[in-house]
Amino acid sequence: MPRHRILFVSLVCLLPAWSFGQVSEERLVNAAQEPQNWLTYSGTYASQRHSTLSQIDQANVSDLEMKWVFQSRTSHHFQATPLVVDGVMYVTQPPNDVVALDAETGRVFWVYEHVPSPDARPCCGFSNRGLAIQGDTLLMGTIDAMVVAVDAKSGGPLWKTQVADPSYGYAITHAPLVVKDKVIVGMAGGDMGIRGFIAAYQVNTGEEAWRFYTIPAPGEPGHETWESCGPEMEHCDPEAWKTGGAAVWLTGSYDPETNLTFWGVGNPGPDYAYYQRPGDNLYASSVVALDADSGKLSWHFQFTPGDRYDYDAVQIPVLVDLDVNGTVVKAMLWANRNGFFYVLDRVTGRFLTGNPFVRINWASGLDDSGGPIQTPQGPGVPTYPGKQGGTNWYSPSYSPRTELMYFSTWEGYATVFDSAPVEYTPGQLFTGSRNRSPVKGVPEPPAVGRGHINTWTEEVGHGSVLAFNPVTGDKVWQWETYDVMNSGILTTATDLLFVGGREGYFQALNARNGELLWRAVTGGNTLAAPITYETDGEQFVAIASGHSLFVFGLRN
Amino acid sequence: MSNKLFFSLVCSAVACITYIHGVDTDVAAFQEHGDEYDRADIERGAQLYDEFCSNCHGSEGDGVGNVNLKGGQFRHASTDQNFRRILTRGIPGTAMPPGDYADSDLVAIVAYVRTMRDYDGGVVTLGNANRGEVLFEGKGDCTSCHRVAGNGSRLGPDLTSIGAIRGAGSMRATLLDPTGAMLPSNRSMRAVKTDGEVISGRRLNEDTYTVQILDDQERLVSLEKSELQELTVIQQSPMPSYADTLNEEELADLLAYLVTLKGF
Repeated sequence: MPRHRILFVSLVCLLPAWSFGQVSEERLVNAAQEPQNWLTYSGTYASQRHSTLSQIDQANVSDLEMKWVFQSRTSHHFQATPLVVDGVMYVTQPPNDVVALDAETGRVFWVYEHVPSPDARPCCGFSNRGLAIQGDTLLMGTIDAMVVAVDAKSGGPLWKTQVADPSYGYAITHAPLVVKDKVIVGMAGGDMGIRGFIAAYQVNTGEEAWRFYTIPAPGEPGHETWESCGPEMEHCDPEAWKTGGAAVWLTGSYDPETNLTFWGVGNPGPDYAYYQRPGDNLYASSVVALDADSGKLSWHFQFTPGDRYDYDAVQIPVLVDLDVNGTVVKAMLWANRNGFFYVLDRVTGRFLTGNPFVRINWASGLDDSGGPIQTPQGPGVPTYPGKQGGTNWYSPSYSPRTELMYFSTWEGYATVFDSAPVEYTPGQLFTGSRNRSPVKGVPEPPAVGRGHINTWTEEVGHGSVLAFNPVTGDKVWQWETYDVMNSGILTTATDLLFVGGREGYFQALNARNGELLWRAVTGGNTLAAPITYETDGEQFVAIASGHSLFVFGLRN
Repeated sequence: MSNKLFFSLVCSAVACITYIHGVDTDVAAFQEHGDEYDRADIERGAQLYDEFCSNCHGSEGDGVGNVNLKGGQFRHASTDQNFRRILTRGIPGTAMPPGDYADSDLVAIVAYVRTMRDYDGGVVTLGNANRGEVLFEGKGDCTSCHRVAGNGSRLGPDLTSIGAIRGAGSMRATLLDPTGAMLPSNRSMRAVKTDGEVISGRRLNEDTYTVQILDDQERLVSLEKSELQELTVIQQSPMPSYADTLNEEELADLLAYLVTLKGF
């Protein structure tokens, strides 16, 4: 073969390697410095969901137009947040397909299909929220409790590791988090009587590196919070810890300075029949800080001890270095489903401040250590916030420019909590619920979706985007929606805030005052979070809504 | 036999039975299913529904799009046997999961869901459906606002399927206290545009930016809220109370007619 042809062939072979660039540990740590990409579920390890891209600004945002749409081949809720790596977008299509697309045009390079086992027993639909990447390896958790590694170039499988038994309700619905040479996942199934855990697997082999159970076993610190049963305690289960839930179903964050990874832990089970599991039920409804290399617990903070409302603590831990009167505080910001906004010291876990952001009557306030002063309501009395909480798993955003935290809320929303004893049956829902709407004849808003018609939400609450000052504990502005809100949020360096909603709109607001600047119709419920990226000099904004992924850019 | 003919026969049979017995059962609206499902199963099914189903389907059975369990609107469960199979196996490709239920629990859940629209009923007396139909179109003047099978006004809710959606107890409550029993979904709305035009009608759908109305000229109108100077949801029902207009016998007759309206 002539020498020049050899060189040409070599170059052609190299081209994919250039366009599908390797994502190193260093790139992940410094993800904020390459805003043209979106390298982790929450954009960066600090999970601020803030981009320094500035091509789309306050003046031209009204010129946004739809550039392309990817229509998923599924009827499941499309909850995924894409990754973008050097011009290639990677997104999951539920239940567990991985799709690689040209981020500029939406044309598909390849699709990898994982067919979940029929044994899968997810509590709440065949959801998947996205991927992680390291090197050329894409990592996905599956609804049948596997971690799957896929080659980012070819879409071929690299390995699969069965993490837990899906027939018991174990599942993975969140996007994994890669730290160094490990991929970290948590187990969903907190309404199914699982015993939750977080585990790390070697990216290269799929071999398990460590496992942290979110419910301590007998003899381990914290197990005493699963209290023993007295003779007078009707329905109390002495083995409650074995089926106590404490699931993990949303991606954690990572602080390279301390090598700690932070994860929100879900409700104890059964969700509402709290008398079957007396005690605070650690580490349910808590945040845990784990050493990323060993999985050892560094600290924990429990938001809702003995949670009887399914308030979970499944939110994105947002890591911010706050300037408090000239002193830098290494903080973790947390708008919790229980209706309080917390600021914690992310190095020690110490409680710093806590303030309610919606109407609350399950607690009268927080004590000096951040523990709630619980005020359970009597039979038939509405409890605020209701079981979907004041907010939920929808990704928040923090803008270092405005120094505000932004999150979606359910305002004025209550549930009449009621329960019935429930016996654990493997693979079955284990909630003990007899909850109902506080308004007769008016159903509660469903958790993740609704039909096309909305004539009732004014009776049961509404949604909003809330801008919250984490230092003062004040609401700065609030942008209300008629329906409640499921959407994640993105902010940019031009003080734009992008958010979807359940009504089929995608909006841009002024992050400084909540003014509506632009809106588009997607026609579907938005359960995901928007991202922004740049390719070939053009900034795009992407959002999954309904069963499709919509990508917007400026009119050429 | 065509579905329509079969349905007519069933309706006639129900009307006949209610006339003969002057139904005064524990829950009169169980008339359709009372001989099919055991009351104990229904009550047990209500508990199981709250536990296993309401998280997605909602307490009113309408939490999943295109499915209205209370209204009998199913996508797959055409027979009780199909229904039990779905509960056991789930529906592949959807969020409906399989469940490992005991046979008795399957019977109970099906019994409850098939009768859930009646579950809130109390003691209701049903009279003669034929007389009720005459009242509906005559003394009651119901067709001036309501429509049945294409006849009547569209100003109020279409009642063609009202017997499949609501139980006799809740319908009686509406006849006596229309505002107190009015569902939020039936509220009317008054909108004033910036040019002063007033549009009134039934609110069909609403979101942050827009509202959709069937106006009093029976037109479908979609309004941008930003183009309105006033938008009021009227919580007072325009329907008159029949507490003083109809006597007990006439109310029973009218209810007997309404429960036969099961759609097509």
